[in-house]
Amino acid sequence: MLPRFWRKIRYRYNLIGTECTNCGKKFYPPRNLCPECRRKSRIAEVELGETGTVVSFTVIHDSSESYKLQKPYVVALIKLDSGPSVISQIVCNPDDIEIGTRVRAIFRKYGEDGEEGIIYYGTKFEPVI
Amino acid sequence: MRRVAVIGVGISRFGELWDMSFRDIVISAGTEAIEDANLEGREIEAMYVGNMSGGRFISQEHISALIADYSGLASINVPSVRVEAGDASGGVALKEAYISVASGIHDIVIAAGAEKVTDVGSASEIMDSTIDQEWEAFPGASLAGLYAMMARLHMHEYGSTEEDLAGISVKNHKNAVKNPKAQFRREIKVQDVLSSPYTAEPLKMLDTAPISDGASVLILAGEDVAGKYTDTPVFIDAIIQSSDFIALQSRENILEMKAVKTAVRKALRMSRCELNDVDVFELHDSFTITELLLYENIGLCRHGEGHMLVREGETEIDGRYPANPSGGLKACGHAVGATGIRQAGEIVLQLRGDASGRQVQAERGMAVNIGGTGATAVVSIFRR
Ligand SMILES: [Zn+2]
Repeated sequence: MLPRFWRKIRYRYNLIGTECTNCGKKFYPPRNLCPECRRKSRIAEVELGETGTVVSFTVIHDSSESYKLQKPYVVALIKLDSGPSVISQIVCNPDDIEIGTRVRAIFRKYGEDGEEGIIYYGTKFEPVI
Repeated sequence: MRRVAVIGVGISRFGELWDMSFRDIVISAGTEAIEDANLEGREIEAMYVGNMSGGRFISQEHISALIADYSGLASINVPSVRVEAGDASGGVALKEAYISVASGIHDIVIAAGAEKVTDVGSASEIMDSTIDQEWEAFPGASLAGLYAMMARLHMHEYGSTEEDLAGISVKNHKNAVKNPKAQFRREIKVQDVLSSPYTAEPLKMLDTAPISDGASVLILAGEDVAGKYTDTPVFIDAIIQSSDFIALQSRENILEMKAVKTAVRKALRMSRCELNDVDVFELHDSFTITELLLYENIGLCRHGEGHMLVREGETEIDGRYPANPSGGLKACGHAVGATGIRQAGEIVLQLRGDASGRQVQAERGMAVNIGGTGATAVVSIFRR
């Protein structure tokens, strides 16, 4: 969990994805190989912006203990205005979200590892009011 | 390529088998299959075993050799291969076994699947390892959470309801009453499902298949040798595996299961039949929404109409498309790596006319086994 998390931390903190400059498709999570162009892929980092729209969402009551998340919490599939989609928590009351809600990225605590007390941060979203 | 027949079926009880170890469960299914096939045992040339997570469920890797040993095959030194593809492990093991016989490399092989999950407390966390850990699980999604998002979108786009999903669970429980191997042999009502607690809204506890102990074994033989062992061979007319993006966020439309669509199209072509020629289905209902989306992605109805099949009773055991006469994953049980083989076993019993109490009159049957949210699909078509 730990090395895996830090390895991609730059992408988690900033919503940076990659773009294939050969075909223009953007990817989040970042890919080093474009599934359309494969050998002709030309990959560069790209900022994906902070805003998007909720495609679907759920309120999770029962989930893995390993991330020490406070339940219940809202998780959504968000289509970013820049193109790619992202799975993220939404910081809001479950009644304040529906399919189509506009959301904006924020930087928040995700959870902590019990014994060492290491706190994980990452991108979450909140409704745009 | 030669035709391949199933000449033996063995299925253990599915459920919380506190009194049985991993080895006991495997032996129970294996013995039944070898007897069913009228084999002595020495005829078996190879073994393919679906097992998702022996390492995490029982801290046992090297499952391939362990299973061969306890199936009594170590003394004849057969090769044994363990296959992992999430909860499609069994289906993929069957495909590998099929290829080894169809190619002529082996005459008689075992296709098995087994899982022992009740020795750990965190079985559902282990099931969650079938989704993308870095980009789905880390931000807080679970396997149930991802299917819940598909369910919510389906309801929003097409007007399906929580009652429609509950209907699938009710149907599968009703069918399981007649299946002596099933985990939950009792009927439930729509209201029971609706009043069970939410796991990931709108999905509830009773929309969710249990995670079970169990094993299933099929014995495959080339057409030219099958006749020596059985008068009722069931042929595998097609078995196709396909893949899709592992994370939902990479898919254009989360209600479209492209691995399923591709595998169904290829399997129908390979078996030279139409969907309407298929008389009975075993579908991967890891959640009720999974079965509903399979109706649409297999092509039993158009996209957005899956819930109409439920409302009209078309997938009941006496309907136009009988789905999960065994009780499915929800009520027969979901022994993860064993499920794909268990589904195929049910289709074989149905085609032989051996599914007493839950018998469908059928010439052809289809099994659809899914890994995770559909990044792996295995579709097989059987004919008697
Ligand atoms: Zn490209």
